[in-house]
Amino acid sequence: MSKRLDARFAKLKSENRAALVTFITASDPDRATSQVVLNGLPGAGADIIELGMPFTDPMADGPAIQLAAQRALAAGGSLKVTLEMVAEFRKTDKDTPIILMGYYNPIYAWGPEKFAGDAALAGVDGLIIVDLPPEEADELVPFLKSAAIDFIVLTTPTSDDARLPVVLANASGFVYYVSIAGVTGTSSATGAAIEEAVSRIRRHTDLPVCVGFGIKTADQAAEVARLAEGAVVGSAIVSVLAETRSAEAPLALVKDLAKGVREARL
Amino acid sequence: MHSLNTYRAGPDERGHFGIFGGRYVAETLMPLILQVEKAYAEAKADPAFQAEFRDLLSQYVGRPNPLYFARRLTEAFGGAKVFLKREDLNHTGAHKINNCIGQILLARRMGKQRIIAETGAGQHGVATATVCALFGMQCVIYMGATDIERQMPNVYRMKLLGAEVKPVTSGAATLKDAMNDALRDWVSNVESTYYLIGTVAGPHPYPAMVRDFQSVIGEEVRAQILAQEGRLPDSLVACIGGGSNAMGLFHPFLDEPSVRIIGVEAAGHGLDKLHAASLTGGKPGVLHGNRTYLLQDADGQIAEAHSISAGLDYPGIGPEHSWLHETGRVEYVSIKDDEAVVAFQQCTRLEGIIPALESSHAIAHAAKIAPSLPKDHLMVINLSGRGDKDVSTIAKALGDEHLGGLV
Repeated sequence: MSKRLDARFAKLKSENRAALVTFITASDPDRATSQVVLNGLPGAGADIIELGMPFTDPMADGPAIQLAAQRALAAGGSLKVTLEMVAEFRKTDKDTPIILMGYYNPIYAWGPEKFAGDAALAGVDGLIIVDLPPEEADELVPFLKSAAIDFIVLTTPTSDDARLPVVLANASGFVYYVSIAGVTGTSSATGAAIEEAVSRIRRHTDLPVCVGFGIKTADQAAEVARLAEGAVVGSAIVSVLAETRSAEAPLALVKDLAKGVREARL
Repeated sequence: MHSLNTYRAGPDERGHFGIFGGRYVAETLMPLILQVEKAYAEAKADPAFQAEFRDLLSQYVGRPNPLYFARRLTEAFGGAKVFLKREDLNHTGAHKINNCIGQILLARRMGKQRIIAETGAGQHGVATATVCALFGMQCVIYMGATDIERQMPNVYRMKLLGAEVKPVTSGAATLKDAMNDALRDWVSNVESTYYLIGTVAGPHPYPAMVRDFQSVIGEEVRAQILAQEGRLPDSLVACIGGGSNAMGLFHPFLDEPSVRIIGVEAAGHGLDKLHAASLTGGKPGVLHGNRTYLLQDADGQIAEAHSISAGLDYPGIGPEHSWLHETGRVEYVSIKDDEAVVAFQQCTRLEGIIPALESSHAIAHAAKIAPSLPKDHLMVINLSGRGDKDVSTIAKALGDEHLGGLV
């Protein structure tokens, strides 16, 4: 496990609270604004940051994150810029884990081995690649291991007890539970469904479980924070950023979400 | 070119053709993809499934269609003896129906009741809507808004057949974007839905499965040319977007070294401008479930393709074509929009056959090479579809506003 993720989950455990994991797309709506939001996230209460790598064809994303990727690319976003933004963030924050999330082709174009090294150098702690299932992950995972970057796997409502061991074989860092069969930012799962899924995942791994997809409000985040080690919020933050095109409103939302998560187990 | 014992053995058990192919999909879909693979392997080995498939091809699609000796095109070219494989005479007017029959039988076997598909020119959408009507299944077709505009007759046909046509407005609003939205639908409806992919692309097992269903084209050509000419053809020419009509024609001949095989991509406005020639102008990458040649920039962002033909307007190509390209077994060339338009008119005027703009790319390349080939050279062009759907596009391209307004 990457040192930062390891330390962060240990700290959260000692405080008996879940992580607030926040997602934004790098360079959305432009590089400067995106950097301000990124740098402001820990202060607003984000415990772990997912930074979206913009891609032209985000097949697993709903409208909010599709549009975020389009804005980012139109503003000159790229994998190179994304790594530069992480490096910039690391100048002021040495502790908050950053997970890059996106699709495989830009990494494949960069070269998986070289990318793992460059990402580690920039200060990346983990990677979530939506379209790289365990069946194809061999071409990337060994390089990530060498670079001490966690390969964070996605489990879904379709991951049953037979499938989970296959998915979890490569897992490190934490397990991301995609709580709905669907795209990002659409419907929300019930607490009961999440609880059942999390307990199923726990039968197969000791890794922390973070739950995402469809979590939009502080109340929803709080509910998840009682059931899992982390709650992931993406589309809601991205939507506020899209409406205001400034850093204040999304960071205010993160503060609100963080309050929900921090008070969840009190 | 290095020679292999066979070019017909792929893919391997993980769905790879060399480095191409594979299963690059979201985890939500993986269990279902594995189910499709298992169900297809069982169906393929089941004589009852094969018999029903063959029966529908014969009784419903109207196969075998002719391998037609195109006397006047042959005379006009002044070289090779040219034959047209008449996929345009199939029910629904293109080769797409072959694959749809196979996959709808598989979907029924898997107990699915809702079918989704992407379409570019609308031929696959029409073929899918047709088999859904035949089998009483719910049908949702994703189609780029740009394509809806240029293929309006096919949109109406799909609606008449009972399908819901969902316009896709993201990106350039063409085939690539329609495929993105179809995948989003599938992720959201895994339990109820079967994704009926229209070409030899997507995650394993689709490239191999669609190829198998389309191979009826090449199998018929082999029997027909042996009956008509007493020997194998000397060359095969087919257009390629995703590449299903080409793979269907080529596959039964891959291990015949005497047969020259040529795939024709769409060069759009030209290879230095906007085009859709993935092998000529792209490099290997990962999109829509498979690794294959893709039009992309240095950052791995997928480029917009362009072709006058909506069915070829896609920045990728089936993974088996990428492999056949790298092994050198198949030659891949490209034809520009204006060359395809000329071939469209030539075939229409000389043979009284209106070819699809897609197929016109194959005819255009044949027109280039046939004149310098000997008169006993047997060339088979896959006439993959009919061109009725393209009449208004052609009118516009020829500047005939009056006709453009009429259609």
